[in-house]
Amino acid sequence: MTSTLDVSAIKRDFPIFDQEMRGGKRLVFLDSGATSQKPVQVMDAERIFYSTNNAAVHRGSYLLAERASEAFEGARARVAQFIGAGSDEIVFTKSATESLNLLAASFERSSGSLAIKAGDEIVVSELEHHANLIPWQELAKRTGAVLKWFEMNQDGSLDLSRIDQVITSKCKVVAITHQSNVLGSVPDIAPIIEAAHSVGAVFVLDGCQSTPHQPVDVKELNVDFLVFSGHKALGPTGIGVLWGRHDLLSEMEPFLYGGSMIETVTMTDSTWAEAPKRFEAGVPNMAQAVGLAAALDYLDGVGLERIHEWERHLTQYALDGLHGIEGVKVVGPQGIESRGGVISFTIEGLHPHDIGQVMDQYGVAVRTGHHCAWPLMRKLGLTGTTRASFYLYNDLGDVEVFLESVTAARDYFGKR
Amino acid sequence: MELDSLYQAVILDHYKQPHHKGLPVGEFQVRHINPNCGDEITLSLSIEDGKVTNLIWDGVGCSISQASASIMSDLVDGKSIESAGKVLQEFTELMQSKGSKSGDEEILEDAIALAGVSKFPARVKCALLSWMAFKDAAIQNGAEL
Repeated sequence: MTSTLDVSAIKRDFPIFDQEMRGGKRLVFLDSGATSQKPVQVMDAERIFYSTNNAAVHRGSYLLAERASEAFEGARARVAQFIGAGSDEIVFTKSATESLNLLAASFERSSGSLAIKAGDEIVVSELEHHANLIPWQELAKRTGAVLKWFEMNQDGSLDLSRIDQVITSKCKVVAITHQSNVLGSVPDIAPIIEAAHSVGAVFVLDGCQSTPHQPVDVKELNVDFLVFSGHKALGPTGIGVLWGRHDLLSEMEPFLYGGSMIETVTMTDSTWAEAPKRFEAGVPNMAQAVGLAAALDYLDGVGLERIHEWERHLTQYALDGLHGIEGVKVVGPQGIESRGGVISFTIEGLHPHDIGQVMDQYGVAVRTGHHCAWPLMRKLGLTGTTRASFYLYNDLGDVEVFLESVTAARDYFGKR
Repeated sequence: MELDSLYQAVILDHYKQPHHKGLPVGEFQVRHINPNCGDEITLSLSIEDGKVTNLIWDGVGCSISQASASIMSDLVDGKSIESAGKVLQEFTELMQSKGSKSGDEEILEDAIALAGVSKFPARVKCALLSWMAFKDAAIQNGAEL
């Protein structure tokens, strides 16, 4: 028996659903893989911060500054708790993209075991979002390191048959996604993590598509770094998370320089604050961090395990429906195994943009195109797909409208 | 249905049977890409006696971008640089009008069918992709546009 969520009660917490889309249709939001909608609790948390606690953190000696610092550090502790980490291991960034750029830039500047030099190897995979590819590409170019990657199989899994050749003693960093943002496929990362650690490399996990949707515990996963974005987890835009093992963060050089991140400063030299402050130059995104903490409260209130089960239920229902529509092809994993709540599909003879346009007439919001994963698309021989991604505010009725709109898209161009 | 104002029959006809589509062979080939969706077009043309000739394009894209390329080719191939420039300007203005202009049918001919696109901001780039490629190619061939 699948666990169920009281989706109608959940929907009421999300004001975005209280409006009509084109043609007076209700909103069927199936683009949470790109960004999630926000519950009123998150907006309230930001509003309350601005209306009662707003001051620059870690600076003033007055009451408001104390409250702001407490709220901000409280948010840090909340994020730490969410992923089973220590508070001093959580770095707030503006986005997961910035978190990954921070890592790449810092490894270049660092000395010791994390330093990247000419001839070192960096490993990614063909599944990666551009954000977990380009920072490493550029790092390799700047340092003379070699970028290597795991190839993707047609079912969206990774080809680990040559793992010993991909991860060698020269490898310093392995950066892989926890779940493909395009196909929803979940790569088997355990053997990759083991291989990385066996050669002394660090493992960076891109948790953007997993952390908001299932329980994630960094200790259990045995990874060294994890990044995720706040806005995909019901939180505000402008807040991202970098988690790193504290001993590693302590070895790393800063990414951005300025206020807050220093220990001492003279006209010629400066020294750095301890991690995580070392990586948070300038007045941080305080209200957004507080909003993210409220989002995590919301997610934990519903329960990540239940959310995950519910999404699997919706995904199974949607997959069954899509498989029954002639001319529609699911791209990537065909069944529910080794996948999350993201489905990419194509309709024979139709361009994703045109498909999305027809679906929009039904109030259905889906993503179309290459989904910031162009190498993956090329590998599949496609220019793009249409992608539906589910979250806790979707129900079976949403999936039914979705399936109806897919059929309508096929027929709209087929019949005319 | 609102959709029918976007996907007019004339657009779907051009989409299914695009004109001037083939392998671009001209000296100056331009390649334009819409990085949002990955659509692309390669286009070449010549300019002889002040006239646009030998316009050929190839590409992948949605119905709007493919139909627009086909319609654009019909409209500018064989025209003087000056008249082609006029069509380009009229079409660009129409696309950027957010639905406030209906366009001059005398100048735009079949392209008038794309007027509905201007009400869908996400699709304006699709419609303009080939026109920008044409402009670029013409300039590379020494035209002043």
